[in-house]
Amino acid sequence: MPKLVSHPDEVKIISRRFGQGAEKIDRYIELGGYEAVKKCLAQGSDWIINEVKASGLRGRGGAGFSTGMKWSFVPKQSAKPKYILVNGDESEPGTCKDHLIFLHDPHSVIEGAIIAGLAVGAKMGFIYMRGEYRTLLEIMERAVADAYARGFLGKNIFGSDKEFQIITQTGAGAYEVGEESALMESLEGKRGVPRIKPPFPAVVGLYGGPTVINNAETIATVPHVINMGAAAYAAVGSPRNGGTRLFGVSGCVERPGVYELPMGYNLKKIIYEVAGGIRNGRQLKAVVPGGSSTPVLLPDEIDIGMDFDQVGKAGSMLGSAAVIVLDDQTCMVEFALRTISFYRHESCGWCIPCREGTDWLKKSLTRIHAGFGEATDIDTVRYIAENMLGHTFCPLGDAAAMPTIAFVKKFRQEFEDHLNGKPCPLAKMGLPQFTVV
Amino acid sequence: MSAESISVFSPKLEARLDALVKKYPVKRSALIPMLLYAQDEVGYISDAVVAEVAIRIGITELEVRNAATYYSMLRFKPAGRYHVQVCTNISCMLRGGYEILDRFRQELGIEPGGVTADGMFSLEEVQCIGACCWAPAIQVNYDDHDELKPDLVPGILSSYRGKAKAEGKTPHA
Repeated sequence: MPKLVSHPDEVKIISRRFGQGAEKIDRYIELGGYEAVKKCLAQGSDWIINEVKASGLRGRGGAGFSTGMKWSFVPKQSAKPKYILVNGDESEPGTCKDHLIFLHDPHSVIEGAIIAGLAVGAKMGFIYMRGEYRTLLEIMERAVADAYARGFLGKNIFGSDKEFQIITQTGAGAYEVGEESALMESLEGKRGVPRIKPPFPAVVGLYGGPTVINNAETIATVPHVINMGAAAYAAVGSPRNGGTRLFGVSGCVERPGVYELPMGYNLKKIIYEVAGGIRNGRQLKAVVPGGSSTPVLLPDEIDIGMDFDQVGKAGSMLGSAAVIVLDDQTCMVEFALRTISFYRHESCGWCIPCREGTDWLKKSLTRIHAGFGEATDIDTVRYIAENMLGHTFCPLGDAAAMPTIAFVKKFRQEFEDHLNGKPCPLAKMGLPQFTVV
Repeated sequence: MSAESISVFSPKLEARLDALVKKYPVKRSALIPMLLYAQDEVGYISDAVVAEVAIRIGITELEVRNAATYYSMLRFKPAGRYHVQVCTNISCMLRGGYEILDRFRQELGIEPGGVTADGMFSLEEVQCIGACCWAPAIQVNYDDHDELKPDLVPGILSSYRGKAKAEGKTPHA
């Protein structure tokens, strides 16, 4: 069972039931669960959407789009059924927050999905969880069955005239499926390749019906927004960034873990105070602030508030709020190579800039890392990455290109130090053998 | 399920798959879970699994293969009874993921992609299992093992050997 951590600066909203046995329905109810959905049944659709809009809640998957706004795009009338799709594919390296929600508080996801359904007039919701989360899926399936048994799900939820069904789904290993249109393809039993937009899912989505796709953390937050009230929730965060985030701090810190902190909390404090500083008395070298796809920050760039706007201003992204901390024993060429190896593996191959781009980036970085690079290889890496940006079918290409550009730009000297037959002195992965001709 | 289907699955799995096709508004949504659950029992996506799943969903075998080959957890050759998946992605790498992988290599005497001669273990280097804050982490079948150190590796392996002995079945039977 993953270790739970805590720190006095935490504001526990989403994580308040972690470790409290709330995976059991009675305990969840005892801790205030399923009250928000009752309130929503009484208040109706427009009220819910306005409340969520006013809370400043923005998508926790990474894009940071206003959740209330997203819901308001769903047409009121639709010939085809509408759907709620909870994205629990959580695959961005560094990110394991939904893992804890599924483990400790599965009913919050169910309750949030019902509220989303009431907001947009959907009668069915899907909870899609990555294939590796089998034990968590089983916890979720028990929770769903319990909610049905209580009449919280089904034809007449909570004795009302409203219907809401939930279907759970397992993935089978695919980062790309975290992209919303690829997620729908996968749920329809196909290869998880992205769809062209428009039409957007809110209009034509799953099985052709209007579909709201929200990250699992976003959905789990919704009942808390309703319970606290929009204004109180918004007041916790920073301007235009309502509430808290589950910050997953990983890498070279003393106390890695998932910490719930207000939006806008200082990044430097997250590393040095909340997570206990750099482990083994080492020095900080760099920080990847929001999951593997977000551009790296240097130690003098981390005195910033962690919200969508401030991290954006610093030249990176808040993303999934997965803070990955690198110490002075990390080779940046190797780190770039490991990052791109992931995107090379996960590229679905549908569009050429991503399929070829990630492959050539991996090849070039492998050669540089092994000490067999040529001076022009460094610019080639940057050139390939820059030409992927904005030219791919879905954001996976950007996710691979953005960090790569930042690694080369900010650590160019380290790339140059690898040239002329000088293999990496800090290598953690095995170095490939090249034949010099 | 229909009488013409080939019996490659246990009665328990048959029942599970029968329920699965009725679970979704559109039958084909059952495809990926069906393949994964079949793999859990059979050990891999064999030709017989493909044929059986195609009949159950009502699509061609080619369509099944087309979808199945996209997903990295689905494999087309047998794995060991316990499939050891070592994450070496960035968060795990920073805390010694490659040392863990090396130790499994040594202990098992196989390379990633390999299966031990007795069919007990297979080894795979994987891309993130969603345990980044508890790195380095591995999954053995669906069990997570967090915050590993190389010296914990032999103990993990022997616990699975013990489990196999206690259950007494041959792999994937």
